[in-house]
Amino acid sequence: MNANESLSRVGPVMRTRGLEKEYGQGEGLVRALDGVDLEVASGETLAVMGPSGCGKSTLLHLLGGLERPSAGEVWLAGRRIDELSEKALARLRRHAIGFVFQAFHLMDELTAVENVEVPALLAGHSPRAARRRAAELLEQVGLTDRAKHLPSALSGGERQRVAIARALSNEPLVVLADEPTGNLDSAATLDVLRLLDSLRSAGQTLLIVTHDSRIAATADRLISMRDGAFVEETRLTRGSSGGLGELAGLEG
Amino acid sequence: MREAEAIGKPIKEASQGYQLRVVQEVLLALLAKEPSHGYQLRARLQLALGPLAEALNAGQVYVTLNRLEKAGLVTSERVGQVDRPDRKVYELTAAGSARVAEWLEDTSWPKPAPAEFHLKLVAAAAAGLADPVRLVDAQRHELLAGLAAAQRAALAEPNESTAGLLLEGVVLRLQADLRWLEACAGYWTATKGRS
Repeated sequence: MNANESLSRVGPVMRTRGLEKEYGQGEGLVRALDGVDLEVASGETLAVMGPSGCGKSTLLHLLGGLERPSAGEVWLAGRRIDELSEKALARLRRHAIGFVFQAFHLMDELTAVENVEVPALLAGHSPRAARRRAAELLEQVGLTDRAKHLPSALSGGERQRVAIARALSNEPLVVLADEPTGNLDSAATLDVLRLLDSLRSAGQTLLIVTHDSRIAATADRLISMRDGAFVEETRLTRGSSGGLGELAGLEG
Repeated sequence: MREAEAIGKPIKEASQGYQLRVVQEVLLALLAKEPSHGYQLRARLQLALGPLAEALNAGQVYVTLNRLEKAGLVTSERVGQVDRPDRKVYELTAAGSARVAEWLEDTSWPKPAPAEFHLKLVAAAAAGLADPVRLVDAQRHELLAGLAAAQRAALAEPNESTAGLLLEGVVLRLQADLRWLEACAGYWTATKGRS
């Protein structure tokens, strides 16, 4: 059974209630997350920003089922996931969630197209179907001509685009990205931003954890975190360019 | 310095259009290669500014060329056109060339001025007038809106676009300001904890 088919698309795609995460104990106890309530709507691009150590990566790990909360609930498409068995959780991660990491996490010995095929093969698709899907995805991220290259022969921006293609393989309900431009220069950042923007236009739900304000500025909604809690929420309006001339120093 | 004020002011709609600060120097420099007419000069400015050119005051190029002529930095000649009114072709004078050379050598740079905002936070905290952290958050919000506009405009530019390079400059500068505001938030949050 495809996990996505059993999940309802009604209501928020992702939701948390009173989410807490503690590490260590006694004197060494660190509260990484302190009561986080979150809702992510379908098709929304949400950016979570904050200084390092504010708990934003922990939040992403809990949302993606990579770690379990100390308290609170995580819901994905109407289903509570923090209580699932390891096996069910692993299946959910493979089918319903796409991950993108700062360090790309590509397999060095596999070519770009082989890296992108992996999720489809793990999901039980035939090698032919997996190859076809991978080729489509590489085209979508503009890397058809790099399909046969090993990651070592690709630039940082290209590697991240391969990683994004891989994340999209099983048409995930949500893509979770942890500092996707953290290792990239300015030009490669722009390429990845363009790609994320095209995913957003195609209706992909995206949650991006970052300290890069330029990613945050292109999201639909921005949440600022400090000390394991949400401190501010900003809804960024689109389309206004009224102040640009002033910002560029054009006015006399 | 205009930039310093711009950071603190709400982003406003440009109704009349902006007066380009260095327009005199830019027009003179554009004329250094060969004589040209106003429409052509305006088109070159528009290409360099991309989406930002929309904010420019439409008549400024022509008004400025008139002024430059009165100041003896350019001369003009009327050239007749078939089916259209005559147009004026402008040419750089020796004084104009000297002015261009001066401008190219000039290394003055519009400075961001964090002192003003810094002092606002210090004063607000000292007088108990407002929570500095709240002021920082409001400021962040404002700069993020500007960054969003600049970043979206940059994304809409094709690769290798000249105007894209300008937008990149706006984006990187705002990012630096936002990083500093993050440091301000950290400092004033900690100060609250100590008091």
